[in-house]
Amino acid sequence: MTQAQSRAPGASRRARETQRRLARSSRTARNHLLVTVAIGLVTTGLIIAQASLLAMVIAGVFMEGKNLSEVAPQLIWLGLVSVGRGLADAGFETSGRFGAAKVMAELRGRLAEHLLLKRPGALQDEHSGELVNSAIGGVEALEAYFARYLPQVVLAAIVPVAILVYVFPRDWESAAILAVTAPLIPLFMVLIGLLTENRTRSRWSHMSRLSAHFLDLVGGMETLRANGRAEAQSDSIARVGEDYRRETMGALRIGFLSALVLELLAMIGVAMVATAIGIQLVGGHLGLEAGLVVLLLAPEIYMPLRQLGNQFHASADGMVAAERIFEVLDQPAAVEVPADPVSAPDPAAGAIELEAVTFAYPGRDPVFEDIHLSVAPGETVALVGPSGGGKTTLVSLMLRLADPAAGRIRCDGVDLAMVDPREWRSRVAWVPQRPTIFAGTVEENLRLFHPEADPARLDEVMGLTGLDALAGELPDGLRTVVGEGGRRLSLGQSQRLALGRALLSPAPLVVFDEPTAHLDRVSETRLAAAIGELTSGRSCLIVSHRERPIAAADRVLKLEYGRLGPVGKRRSGVAG
Amino acid sequence: MSAFRLDSTPIGRAALATRSRWKLFALSGTLGVATVLAAVGLLTTSGYLISRAAERPEILSLTVAIVAVRFFGISRALLRYGERLSSHDLAFRTLTDLRRRFFARLVPLVPGGLDGTRRADLLSRFVSDVDRLQDLYLRGLTPPLIAIVTSLVCVTVAAVVLPVAGLTLAAMLLLGGVAAPALTRWAARSAGRRQAAARSDLAVNLHEIATGGAEIAVAGREGDWLDRTAGADREVTRLQRRDAVNGGMAAGFTTLFAVGAAVAVTAVSVPAVADGRIDGVLLAALALLAMASFEAVLPLGQAAAGIDACGDAAARLEDVTERRPAVTDPAEPAPVPPAGPLGFESVSFGFDGGRTLIEDASFTLRQGEAVALVGPSGIGKSTLAELLVRFRDPDAGRVEIGGTDVRELDGHELRDAVRLAPQDSYLFDSTIRQNVVIGRPGADTERVTEALAEAGLEDWVNGLPDGIDTFVGEGGAQISGGQRQRIAVARVFLSEARFLIFDEPTAHLDPAGAAELERHLRERAAAGRGVLVITHAIADPANFDRVLRLEDGHLSEVRVA
Repeated sequence: MTQAQSRAPGASRRARETQRRLARSSRTARNHLLVTVAIGLVTTGLIIAQASLLAMVIAGVFMEGKNLSEVAPQLIWLGLVSVGRGLADAGFETSGRFGAAKVMAELRGRLAEHLLLKRPGALQDEHSGELVNSAIGGVEALEAYFARYLPQVVLAAIVPVAILVYVFPRDWESAAILAVTAPLIPLFMVLIGLLTENRTRSRWSHMSRLSAHFLDLVGGMETLRANGRAEAQSDSIARVGEDYRRETMGALRIGFLSALVLELLAMIGVAMVATAIGIQLVGGHLGLEAGLVVLLLAPEIYMPLRQLGNQFHASADGMVAAERIFEVLDQPAAVEVPADPVSAPDPAAGAIELEAVTFAYPGRDPVFEDIHLSVAPGETVALVGPSGGGKTTLVSLMLRLADPAAGRIRCDGVDLAMVDPREWRSRVAWVPQRPTIFAGTVEENLRLFHPEADPARLDEVMGLTGLDALAGELPDGLRTVVGEGGRRLSLGQSQRLALGRALLSPAPLVVFDEPTAHLDRVSETRLAAAIGELTSGRSCLIVSHRERPIAAADRVLKLEYGRLGPVGKRRSGVAG
Repeated sequence: MSAFRLDSTPIGRAALATRSRWKLFALSGTLGVATVLAAVGLLTTSGYLISRAAERPEILSLTVAIVAVRFFGISRALLRYGERLSSHDLAFRTLTDLRRRFFARLVPLVPGGLDGTRRADLLSRFVSDVDRLQDLYLRGLTPPLIAIVTSLVCVTVAAVVLPVAGLTLAAMLLLGGVAAPALTRWAARSAGRRQAAARSDLAVNLHEIATGGAEIAVAGREGDWLDRTAGADREVTRLQRRDAVNGGMAAGFTTLFAVGAAVAVTAVSVPAVADGRIDGVLLAALALLAMASFEAVLPLGQAAAGIDACGDAAARLEDVTERRPAVTDPAEPAPVPPAGPLGFESVSFGFDGGRTLIEDASFTLRQGEAVALVGPSGIGKSTLAELLVRFRDPDAGRVEIGGTDVRELDGHELRDAVRLAPQDSYLFDSTIRQNVVIGRPGADTERVTEALAEAGLEDWVNGLPDGIDTFVGEGGAQISGGQRQRIAVARVFLSEARFLIFDEPTAHLDPAGAAELERHLRERAAAGRGVLVITHAIADPANFDRVLRLEDGHLSEVRVA
């Protein structure tokens, strides 16, 4: 926990790039940004009108001794201006949120498409799993960025300039003070921001590490309790919390300097303007009304810039979230879709052949190298080997969820790289290691691969997999809702369901990944018949470290240390 | 939320939990008040300064006003800096307080007290809810406090100059500080309620795409899921737009009152100037005072939403911590008998409202023997283990160690004698050493290395860049399911407990690896410990003295072939 991330130039370049891309994606909300600009202009006009009217009233009453009825028209106008500013702010807020909603929907859609069409199953790699989840969660963090921060940037660009243009002919001295101090605010913010970027970043990573520490302790509570270490963690929470507090407060003392400079400039700017106006008034170079207008407008010049500083969190959170989203969207497609695909070969007509296939995750050693494997039509091949040896990766290649780094996969002589992966997948049924149960009824889940399956066949499959007994236990039978928000199935039940899915599918190639890993021996025996039926007459690849599924195989191969080799006849000695 | 009723709500109790920080709270509140008042002072004295200057007096007579203006300008910035530092300091300290408090309350509930919920979801929500409560002071309680104090000061100053101006300002501040935030709060709450269902639909769809994308793709059903996601997204967007209008209205009213205040105060002050009740030189000061006094009131809408979020979080947390622990330690625990077997005496157990998992079961585990417990998945084998370490109590019968009912013992002392490696043994985000040493705090390097070797990890650890001091997980050693389980086994090996219970230690291992690990467990028994191994598949029966089988609630001994 000591390696601090401190690559400032790279980090800030990345931040700039992220910002540019965010701006590009906000084109979706271009209309809303235009509305925001329009409202910003209207607001500026109203602010100026308000200051002028108020100055007129005060100067009229104080200097010229006007009474209430003489200034009544201006007061009525002021009331209208107040209403107008209320309406403008309402429109500003509404438009910002409209735009944010639109951008978020678009980003979610892009993520969904990317995950389904370009990298289906990205989650099988644990790191990208975390990334995907945080990217999806991060879309929400962008609401504040698009609804508040970005419109505030627009206001900060429009309001000060417009007001300066108005003030200049009335009192050039004050205008000069404002024109010098106001731009210093963003300038200093950028300068101090650059100087403290490392510290700011490390503060964010401290905060998230602190959170992770607590999450870690809570997650491991049962383990801690079993070892009698749970109560002792209260001290650890206190110690770690105190360490981080001290470290972070040290960073904040410098981090908040930008806010200090910002406030100092804004407040001293107003104070200087007030003093300058006062001296000019004493000298008779300026009228009270003009002086008041300038004084009333001075804070309004700084206001949007200060508000921008207040939106720092929204912008920082948004940037972090956006970085994750773009990191996901930038991942290259796991499978190439050929521009001019040939029609998919039939595994029932010709063998599937892996020729010198190599696969590696980016930046890591190859999972396996130079693999040769063939599955003849109707043949069942079993693949064994230690966990983490690449068996599941090999399955992904067979399913064309990923492309090999080198080598070729052919079926019936046709290179699968020439085939549309979606068409190929329609010829494959798959029983994954950890099946996903989708939100919906048991029946909908069963029909995943083959929604139009015949009801009689459905009954048959239910019997074969023992799902009929499960359906009997469920309150609404096959129509019981399972998955997220529904009833929870055990891993064993999920695996039966996955087996049923594959059985319902007429696909000529079946791929099993650890089909019985979570079943006890009795259930495993009961399912042997189902597996037998599934494998008969179809080409089949079974990945397993268990004895029973392998029994159905014509050949057994072992994948170990990235190499594939034959395992002669089955070993015995596994009992229980 | 009056002070004497604070402890009647979850959020109030959460606030009281950190009351020892009141000094820091008072400091950051005071700095916050001073920050706002400095800005008010700056504008008010500026208004007075230029009005007085317009009467063209001697420049020297303006010196006091000029100094005051500069003083307020500089002090404002410094005060704000101090306020931000102290409020963040407060937030860090209270966060630690809250974490310790809620962690301590969660301890007795895991695992027995959290039945019937998805534990992982519940725990991660628990953590984020504790984090959210940190905002209670920073964004929830401090802003209203600052708003009340500064409003009182501003109204008093205005009222001293001109009572009707004070009254008018008070009315506008009430509208802007109470009515407008209430509207903002209403808009946010109703939006949250309306959007909840659509948002959860959308979240479920996206989650399925993320976790089940491969299956959707193999099924060729990408279009169905994309359509569904787009549909859910349209609904969320539609509701968001509707709620954006409400939110806009609330923002509009806040601005209306803020801008209107200066106008209204000016309007009521004009007649007073005309008939000489106040000097005209004060008119601009009054108008600017009214304008500046709204600074403290503007953030109240967000503060209201913040308090609501904290309130929901506090209520959810109490929902968890108020659960009844599955077991409570006796007031005067008996000492753990230094010898004698561990076992069940006619034990029955079933979850509330569920079927009986274990019925009238008896068995003994002696030191020096290795026993396997087999049976179909989901039949209650893990529950049996939890009964042995008293994470739960049986409905009937006794769990005994050395002839003493475990209910008479201190839970800690019992678990020092009977150590369990749970099925989903957890690896902490730390080094391998730290993860193993949990089994026996203070154990030296030699012992840790020995335990790792006995769990079959010697070669693997030696091959790691930092050996036993390599971090696990992201950025450190990549750990497979099998290695994870072996580390958990090493952790238990390190302990000095007489009885060692392993829940599915070989689930992720291939047959050869499983048989090898079983041999290591067997060696522990040979060294004089009592070893119970829960498994759904025995790799090599020769490693066990006896095999127990749990099925349909009945525990029986099976013959080993």
